[in-house]
Order: sequence, then structure tokens, then C-alpha cells
Amino acid sequence: MLIWLILTPIIASALIGLCKAPARATALISASITLLLGIWAVVDFDTNAACWQEAFGQTLQFTLAPPMSKVMLILTILVTFATVLGTNAPDKAKASWFNSALLISAGATGAFLSDNIISFFAFHELALIPTFVMIGAYGRGDKRSIAWRATVYLGAASMILLTGLIAIGSQLGYTFTEMKAAVEAGATIAHPEIIAGFLIIGFGTLVSLFPFHSWAAPAYASAPTPVAMMHAGVLKKFGLFGLFMFQPILESGFRYWNTTLLVLLVCNVIWVGYVTVQQRRLDLLLGNSSVMHMGYIFLAFAALVSSGSAALNPWAVQGAALLMLAHGLSIALLFLLCGQIEEQTGTLEINSLGGLGGKLPRMAFVFGLAGMASIGLPGLANFAGEFLVFFSGFAGFNGGFGAVQIATILCLWGLVIGAVYMLRAYRNIFQGDLSNASSYATSISVYGVTAGYFLVACLIAFGFVPGLILQFFTR
Amino acid sequence: MIEIENTWLLLFLPLAVAACNWFFFGKKGNIASLVSTLACLVTLIISIGLLGKTGEESFTWISLGNAFNLSIGFILDDLSTRMMLIVTGIGFLVHVFSLAYMKDDESKARFFTGLSLFMFSMTGIVLANNIAMTFIFWELVGLSSYLLIGHWYKKNTAADAAKKAFITNRVGDFGFLIGILTLWALSGTLDFSMMAIPAETCETLVNITLLCLFCGAVGKSAQFPLHVWLPDAMEGPTPVSALIHAATMVAAGAYMMVRVQTSLTVGAFPELTADVISIVGAITAIIAAFMATQQNDIKRVLAYSTLSQLGYMVMALGLLSGESAMYHLYTHAWFKALLFLGAGAIIFACHHEQDIWKMGGLFKRMKITSFCFLMGTLALIAVPFTSGFFSKEMILEAALHKHPALFWIGVGVATLTTFYMMRVILVVFFGKERSKNAEHAHEVGPTMTLPLIVLAVLSIISGYAFMSDNLVPFNGFSAPEFHFGLPFYASMGALALGIIAAVIFYAGSPEKDKLSNNWVSRALQNRLYIDAFYDKVLIRGVQGIGAAIIDCLDQFLIGGVIVGGIARLVAAIGGLLRKLQSGSILAYTILFGLGMIAVVFFTVFYSCNN
Repeated sequence: MLIWLILTPIIASALIGLCKAPARATALISASITLLLGIWAVVDFDTNAACWQEAFGQTLQFTLAPPMSKVMLILTILVTFATVLGTNAPDKAKASWFNSALLISAGATGAFLSDNIISFFAFHELALIPTFVMIGAYGRGDKRSIAWRATVYLGAASMILLTGLIAIGSQLGYTFTEMKAAVEAGATIAHPEIIAGFLIIGFGTLVSLFPFHSWAAPAYASAPTPVAMMHAGVLKKFGLFGLFMFQPILESGFRYWNTTLLVLLVCNVIWVGYVTVQQRRLDLLLGNSSVMHMGYIFLAFAALVSSGSAALNPWAVQGAALLMLAHGLSIALLFLLCGQIEEQTGTLEINSLGGLGGKLPRMAFVFGLAGMASIGLPGLANFAGEFLVFFSGFAGFNGGFGAVQIATILCLWGLVIGAVYMLRAYRNIFQGDLSNASSYATSISVYGVTAGYFLVACLIAFGFVPGLILQFFTR
Repeated sequence: MIEIENTWLLLFLPLAVAACNWFFFGKKGNIASLVSTLACLVTLIISIGLLGKTGEESFTWISLGNAFNLSIGFILDDLSTRMMLIVTGIGFLVHVFSLAYMKDDESKARFFTGLSLFMFSMTGIVLANNIAMTFIFWELVGLSSYLLIGHWYKKNTAADAAKKAFITNRVGDFGFLIGILTLWALSGTLDFSMMAIPAETCETLVNITLLCLFCGAVGKSAQFPLHVWLPDAMEGPTPVSALIHAATMVAAGAYMMVRVQTSLTVGAFPELTADVISIVGAITAIIAAFMATQQNDIKRVLAYSTLSQLGYMVMALGLLSGESAMYHLYTHAWFKALLFLGAGAIIFACHHEQDIWKMGGLFKRMKITSFCFLMGTLALIAVPFTSGFFSKEMILEAALHKHPALFWIGVGVATLTTFYMMRVILVVFFGKERSKNAEHAHEVGPTMTLPLIVLAVLSIISGYAFMSDNLVPFNGFSAPEFHFGLPFYASMGALALGIIAAVIFYAGSPEKDKLSNNWVSRALQNRLYIDAFYDKVLIRGVQGIGAAIIDCLDQFLIGGVIVGGIARLVAAIGGLLRKLQSGSILAYTILFGLGMIAVVFFTVFYSCNN
């Protein structure tokens, strides 16, 4: 059954691209099917685990057994649904608009469900192609050089990552299951720290770890709305997902790099945080904020590595999973709204907007919630994730502040930075005097509004009941 | 009667009402306002029923499958139940007052939704049985305060003030969170009832933990150096100022510290922590009192006065006299809510004029309001046998025993308090009308005067033992016996001095302030340039220039040179391709992708077949 989660969007995309099926309707049907099927899969998994693991030969093995896979699947299907529901495609590019969302969704799902690390890798590459193509063809600004830069960064990262994957796969086997079993049986790995280095740089660049983050913000800012939503919301989590999947396998290797990683992730939060404060365009601001927030999830990873295992530091794994989901939902929502603001006013320069709240009160409400979610307001999903991540940083406390605790404290300052740029943006876009650009705003399409409310509802649901997600880890 | 299970209703009813108002009554302001007010009445009744009850209940909010639980629960003791009475009592009166005050506001439903959301959040802080829950609701009161200060969001000043309040509080929360995490790491629990710092912990760490927790209180209770948001918060509607920015939310900092002191026991507070806390309180009290003497906006005078009184409470906390801090919190809540609502009535009657130098002679036009305002003033300036007198006396007593220097600062603050409040009274209520608005003012309706009368009565009588022993939110509180001593004589001196000075300068209807137009006055009006320093030096200077430099480095050094160098190497290889190909980016990316997939599948087949 799992294969249909991947095939449905691919078939839908073929229908749209080759048979000229009505784009939005087809995409929406596909996204609804995967949404329902995906929810059924995670709910039914406990009773029929065998039903949700399948193999097609040696290279394609899908499983929903790891809790993190379930969380990522939920993220993918929710964001895909909101994307195809909410984005407004220009007439000349309807097919590519929806196709890109569907293909990224198929690739991401494939990667998150793969047990085989090579197909895990290959599906991610598949999902990257629409990203490059869409930025190159329909991006904002200097699209050629931005697409080129992203391609080079991510291509190079993929090659480094692949080297690492093969290095470990050739020693322990090419599936996560095999590798875990081998490690539990006491297999030793040659050069774990070198392999871990490859994985950290490879995965790290894909998740825009400092200092390999320069591709991310311009790419998100330039990307058409569906690509920005799908890539920042879903696909980017691939790297973090990979790190958490490999942590139990390469424990000693990651430990070797942990201090370095702590420094880098603090830079993600503080350095990129101040870069974000400096942004004057909403799209760049959101792109950078997304880079910044990755620092918190890396913090959870570093805390996990420092503690040694998920059993010793459950805060890290569960907090990270929750935060990845929450961040995906909130950044997708923010990019959706960003696209709508541009459609309505023709600009994303924060200082030329203003007073939009009086014209579009519902959008002001949804944007307010999304912004508050992203700066960690309790009651919305991000807070629960961040809070657990901060606890994870202090889980290894023994009588004094160690490196992880100091990094955690520094990352806490990110809460202030986040409030500074997000409230400043909100104040200048939605409050105050009505600006010229804002006066053009009329109303958002019913699709856009529904998609916005859908994501808000998800953020509130997971924020009020984080157990919906955390239960996967405790059963 | 009222069982402790009803506490859940007390907590969640306001949330339900806020949600209901927002989704169903968004355009029906009248219904929304009535629903909110009724809900508040219900919570008031429950709070009265819960007085004297004790107990604890909770449910797990987050469980990770190990011993760790984040729970939402309540703890009932004298501290929390009596605090609830203050919150719901003033909350209800403010709701009633707002029915009239916000009658013609175009976003009345949004206003009352915000008030209900605030009631929910504040109830959460008061009832919280663990410090993580305190933090959750701490953030939520921050949100409701943000929404209500920014109620008139189209006004630039209001939007800026809301943002400033939220961000300043976040700075405090930064410390608060560090404190919570360290406390959790030290004591292994988040629950107040089980919390303890192990005896062998080094004192520095205890100091760090407690002072970090105190940072949260510094933000929320607007203590120096994070006091800057509170005067600006006066941009919100006046009932909001009364409820949130005078009586309840700003007192949450003191409440939280007392809760921590009760849980860890007072003995757990090292001397350094205690001294820092009391000095911060004393500094806030004195500088705010000075600033209040030269404010011309009636709400701003009261705002600085609130700062100064909060300073008293925090000073008392540092003197490890939690009971006197809570005593003052309790009396202050009634009389300051009264003063703000009174100011609201005056502003309403004067057609939204807030400058005291455009008022005057209001005593004969608004007898009830003026009389109530006067009662509040008497309590605030601690005229003997009003409520404020008893609580201030208790704080001064505590100061005299521990730190005589702080005692004399306290007396100085009392002198200034009397001076600036008498200034307001003389200028606003007596003399000639100074503007058309003042000439046309007339008494407000009963929906507004009734809450004033209730609060005026409470401002006078709430300090007496028959009330305070049963209502001051402190476990086992009993009012000290009154006796003549240095604190009494000193505060009488302060009172007399303040009144005489005010009469000298402001009696006889002066047209403008005789003390203005010199550098001292300008410095005080400009808040001792602290706000300007933050804005120009910290925000625009350090943050602005720092962010610009970082942004520049990020683009050119990291994006351009270091990582870009690698990219250029790859681009050079790409350049070879360019010669072969059309130069279209689309072609490159597709080729690149296909090539990558080819590599992958080659590897897969190669590796798996071996």
C-alpha cells in the first residue's frame, strides 16, 4: 500500500503533464488520496504493521516502522494538501505549478519511507529537480544565478552525502534495518568520524547548516510559492531526518564532531538570526528565518549525540520530530501568505506595505497566528517542539553548564531575535497607516483562505495535543 | 457548594468564551461583550467559592514515555485562591466598566475576545502547579497584552507600543527560561510542591538560577532595566491599563517569585540574590517616582506610579518579606485599578483628552468619579487607615530591619508619590477649566460609576485585618499590629512634605507647570533618556549596525568567498558544459538532475549486486 503514497502524485502529475488533465482538480484529488491513505497508514500501523512495510526487490524497501518516518509522512501529506489547495497558479504555468508540488511530494514521501539508503537518497534527488527547474524558469529576481547556486550547493552536498552513505553501507549493509541490527550485534565501523563528517556536511548543507546556508534564503525567496512551501516545509527536513536515523548507527562518529556542530548550530540561530533581522523583503526574511530555525533542530541532534541514545534523551528525538513537523507547517503557511501578499499588493518590500490588516483582516489573523507559531507561542505546535528541545539541552546537566547547556542558552536568545524580526514585519505589513501598495489589496481567493485555515488548524491541533505526534515514540 | 473540580471550569471557561466570541460573534460586538462579562461573573463566583480550599489536580499534557511529564494542573492554597479573587474581582469590574467605555468601538468583539483570552492566561499563571505551566501562560498573557495594547492597531503609536511590550518581555523570558531549565536540572522536577534545590549545590549556581528566574519577573513586572514597555502600554484602551497593566498581569512577576519562594522556602535564597532583587526594586521605585512627577498625560502619571509601586513589591521580595509584597500587591490592585478606571471615566468625559493641563475644575462636574478618584489617591499616598497605608507600613518596617538605606529610599518614594498624586488632584479636579473639553465634561453613567464606587470602598477598607487576613494572597497571612515607630513617623513626614510641596506649586489653578522648562524636568519627561538610549544605542546601534555587518559578512564572506569558492570551482566545470550547450538554465538543471540520477542508479546496481 505504501507505494501508492508515492505513485499517486506521480500518476497525477503525468496526467496533468501528458494528458492535459485539469491541473488543480487532479492535483487536489491526488493530494486528498495521499492525505487519507497516509492518515490511515499511521493510524493502522499499530495493528497491521506488516501491511505497511513492503519490498520491491533489493533496492526499493518501504517501511513505516520508524516513528520519525510516520511524523515526516504526516508532514508531507498535510503540506502537500495545503499547497495544491492554496496556491494560485498563473494561467500560463498551471501544469508546472501543480506538477512541481506533486513531484516534490512524491520524492519526499519516497525518501522518508525508504529503508534502503540508496533509494532514500535517490528519492530526495528526484524531489530536488523540480525545485531547480521551477526556480530557474519562474523564479523572482536573478533567477538564473540563484537556481545555479542552489543546484551547485545541493548537488555538491548530495555527492558528499552519497560518499558517506556508500562508505557506511558497504560496511554494514544498505538498509537502516540491517545497519541497526549490525550495530546492535556489535559490529565495528572503520573510520566512523570520517563517515560522520561526510554525513554532517552532506545532510547539513541540505538543511542549510551554517556556513553552508547561503543557497537557502535566496532560493526560497525566488522560488514560486508551491516550491517554496514544499521545499522549506517538507523536503528540507530530509537532512535532519537522515541525521536522526543515522545517530544510533554512527554514535561515536557523530560524537567526534559534536563540539564543532554545537558552534555551527549556535551560528545558525544567532548569526543567521541577525541576518534575518536585517532583511527588508518578506520573502528573504522568511527564507532566512527558516535557516535560523534549523539551528534548534540541530541543537536537539547535538543534545542527543551528547547523551548517547534516545533512551537517555527522549526530549531530543521527540522534540525534534515535533519541531520539524511544526516548522514545516508554519513555514509553508508563511510562504503561502507571502505569495498571497505579493499577488494582492505587487510588492514584498516590508516598508512599502503597511495597514494591510484593515484591508485583509482574515489574512492578518492567519499571518499573526503563523508568525506567533514561528516565534514559539504556547498553544501552537512549534512551542511544544522548541520547549522539548530546550529540555533536551539540559537533560545531560550534571552540576554545571557544559557545552550543550551553553549552546542551549545561546540558542534561547534566538527567541528574542525571532520576536524582533517577526513582530517588526507584522507591525510594518499589517498595522499602522495604509500604504499605497496595500490599498490595492482586494480579497484572497476562497482556496487560499481555506488552505491557510487548514494549516492553522493543524498548528493548533498539534500545539494543544502534541501527544498526537509523540505517541508514535512511546508505543 | 463549589467543589475543587470547578477549578477546571474557572481555567477553561474564559478560553471557551474567547474562542466562541471570535468565531461566532465576530461581528456582534454587543453579544460578545455580554458573553465575556457573564463568563467573568461566573469565574468570580467560582473564585469566591474556592476561597480557603486546598488541593492539587493535574493532567498530563506531554509525556515522553519516561518519568518526565509536562502537565497542566492547578494548586489551590491561600496564595492561589486569594490571588484568583483579585484577578476575577477586578476582571469583572473592568468588564462591566468596558461595556460602557468601549460602547462605540468598531472592534468591540475583538476587544472582549482579548479580555477573555487574558482572563484565561492570567488564571493559568495563578493556578499553575508547575513552573513550565507558569511559563506557558506567562507567554499567553504576553500575547493578550500585545493584542490589547495594539487594539487600535491602525494607530502607529499603539502598534509600536504593542511590539515594544512583547519584545521587552521576551528579553525577560530569555532569562526566565534559563532559570526554569536550570531549576529543573537541579531539582529534577517542575512541580512546585516537590521542588527543592539540593543542599550540596554550589551557591553560584543557586544565585544564577534564582536571578535568571527573577529576570522573568523583571520583564513582566516592568522592573528596571526592562521597565520601558509599561508607560508605552498606556496606548491601549484604559480598562486594559487598569486590569492588565496595573492590577494583575504586571503583578504576576511578584506572584511568581513568591510562589517560588514558597516552594523552595525563603531560606533557599542566598544573600546575593536577595540583595540584587531588593536593589532592583528600590531603583525602579525611585526613578519611576521621579519620572511620574513631570508627566502630563494622566495615564502616564499612573503608569509611572504603577512602576514605582511594583518596585516596592519587588523590594519587599528581596527583603525576603513575601507577605508584605503580597499585602501591597493586594491593596495596590484595588486602588490602582480604581485610579485607572477613574482616569478612564475622566478621559471618556473629556472626549479622549488625556493631558492634565487641558483639564481642571472637574470636581464640580463629575462628583462621583472625583470622589472615588480621591479615595484611590488617599490609599496610594498612604494616608493613615486607608488600605495602602497598612501595606506600605509593613514594607517599610521590613526594610528598616534589614537595610536602613532601602528604608530611606522607600520614604523618599512615598514623598514623591504624595507629591505627584496631589499634583494630579489639584490640576485635574480643582481650579479653572483649561479647555473646551473640560468645560463640557459631565458625570459618566452608572455602568462606569458603579465599579468605581465598589473599588473606592475596597481601597479604604481592604487593609483592615477582618479583610486582609482572609484575602491577602499569602499562605498564613495575618496583618501585623499597628504601632507607632520610626516607619510611621517617617511616612507621616513624607505625606506632609509631599502635600505641602504640591500645594505650593499647583494650588490656585496655574496654567502650566511651574517646575517645567528646565533640564531636570526635560530629563524626567524624557524618562531619563533610558528609552532613547535603548532605541538609539542598543536597537539602532548595536543591533542595527551589528546585524548589518553580519548580513554583509554573510553575503560576501560566507556566501561569496568561502563557500562560493567551491561553487566557482564547480562552475568552472559547468563552464565547459556551457560551451557545449545552449546556455539555458533549464537545460543545465535538467541535465544535472538526470546525471545525478544516473550516478545514483549506477551505484545502486553496482553496490547491490556485489
